[in-house]
Amino acid sequence: MPLTDTDIRTVARLARLALPEEEMAAQYEHINALMRWFEVLQTVDVTGVEPTSHVIGMYNFLRQDVAAESLSQEAVLSNAPEAAEGFFAVPRILED
Amino acid sequence: MALTEMGAKELADLIAQGGVSAEEAVMATLERIQQTEPCLQALLTVCPEQAISHARELDRSGTSETRGPLAGVPVIVKDNICTAGIKTTCASRMLADWVPPYSATVVERLQQAGGIVVAKSNLDEFAMGSSTENSAFGPSRNPWNVACVPGGSSGGSASAVAARQAPLALGSDTGGSIRQPAALCGIVGLKPTYGRVSRYGLVAYASSLDQIGPMARSVRDVALLFQVIAGGDRKDSTCVSMPASDYEAACIADVRGLRIGVPREYFASGVQAEVASAVRTAVDTLSDLGAIAEECSMPSTSWSLAAYYIIAPAEASSNLARYDGVKYGFRAHAAGRGHIGMAERTRAEGFGREVKQRIMVGTYALSAGYYEAYYKRAQQVRTLIRRDFERVFERYDVLITPTSPTVAFRLGERAEDPLAMKLADTCTLPANMAGVPAISVPCGFHDGLPIGLQIMAKPFDEVTLLRAAYTYEQATDWWRRSPEL
Repeated sequence: MPLTDTDIRTVARLARLALPEEEMAAQYEHINALMRWFEVLQTVDVTGVEPTSHVIGMYNFLRQDVAAESLSQEAVLSNAPEAAEGFFAVPRILED
Repeated sequence: MALTEMGAKELADLIAQGGVSAEEAVMATLERIQQTEPCLQALLTVCPEQAISHARELDRSGTSETRGPLAGVPVIVKDNICTAGIKTTCASRMLADWVPPYSATVVERLQQAGGIVVAKSNLDEFAMGSSTENSAFGPSRNPWNVACVPGGSSGGSASAVAARQAPLALGSDTGGSIRQPAALCGIVGLKPTYGRVSRYGLVAYASSLDQIGPMARSVRDVALLFQVIAGGDRKDSTCVSMPASDYEAACIADVRGLRIGVPREYFASGVQAEVASAVRTAVDTLSDLGAIAEECSMPSTSWSLAAYYIIAPAEASSNLARYDGVKYGFRAHAAGRGHIGMAERTRAEGFGREVKQRIMVGTYALSAGYYEAYYKRAQQVRTLIRRDFERVFERYDVLITPTSPTVAFRLGERAEDPLAMKLADTCTLPANMAGVPAISVPCGFHDGLPIGLQIMAKPFDEVTLLRAAYTYEQATDWWRRSPEL
């Protein structure tokens, strides 16, 4: 099923990508080419087949709930685009 | 023999015997890098100060018994694997200046074993691609012909090892990203069983498929590095606690009685005649040595590519949601657009075209109303692919196929055609979908460019995999050839 122009804009919004118009058009072409190619999967009989999300069983590693060593505040903030007073700084979230 | 011509094992032995110091080995590598980098651009960061200081420390410390199996051996690490204090960019503008505060488990292990990280290698941005052309910092080149790509996404690691910049490198493999560049550059590359090697500190692309693995110029050297990095890790819940086997001891030349399956679907249209013929000749070589080879069928193979290009982007769209310009990485200037506007601009400007395309495809495949038609169906097809492997592994110990359908292609040749580029992964990605181990070994040349042989084995049976690969390698001399630079 090909994506419409509206679909592609919705997807870009969901993916938090502010794409300029010409890039939106190029992505539209590429993605629809891929979608046409995915059609082959609709011909496969998957009746009663369980989906595979992981090939091995996974178990959580548990430990006692005691304080352990972690990164320092300085290390954590060292790569922040903007930090202030020991916090990550971001643009205003709430309106005045 | 020049130090840079030596394999890792030879070099480690020479250093252990006191024939040469770790510092001399590192200096030789740095010099070779300086010589070859202008035409290859295999590396994104070279770290001479850290490398020399590690080497000196090692030369002053302990005895050869306590210094570890890699003592003094230079290693190149793909730039999506975290190295404390050394930039880890994922070849993305998004992480162009990011310096990880910690090292990946594999890096810690190779350093504990005495290995010396000398450089970080180029890749397709966030490991998404098959040519290393998607790097935000420019493409790498194939040392056999610099007009050709080295493959990808671990193209920088493959190019560097083939060009003798270092005897060992680490790569990561989500759909063929270790094996395909290894094949295109004429070296050996191993994608271990899913869960065999810790991924703590590997920047995530598609978490149900990603594995870290070793790259080198011989099977024995691959086994040496694999031995060091394999084994459980409590920091990665997908890493199994089963102890590693003795992989170096697995390198024996003996395939008598080994049952080889040759799945015909891997030789379908799109595979170059010269590649198919080199692989069939390799099967004959192993048969002459006592293996029993037989053609077989894996009908689900033809669906792998489409299923992969739904599952991997779906996981990527989730993994890459973390790049929002807040805690680390690039932030775009978007004054007056608020928090969301800042994130949307950051992601639009920080990611390259291919990454954005995969995020979009993945977001769509997971979105309400399409989940069943795409993502769930792809996961069901993944089950059919696994069953195909389980069925053939009842009869055979290993499977043999081409690694890449073609030899290296020219830079730019496939850049504009997303489907043609993805076909490069046809033969490699089923192993990721099923989680089985697979290795690529040089098996011939066409037009002066290397051809790779892929061997796959049962989950956690790297011992048999390495034995088959080693036996083939020792019976031929393709792996001894080196590119003229």
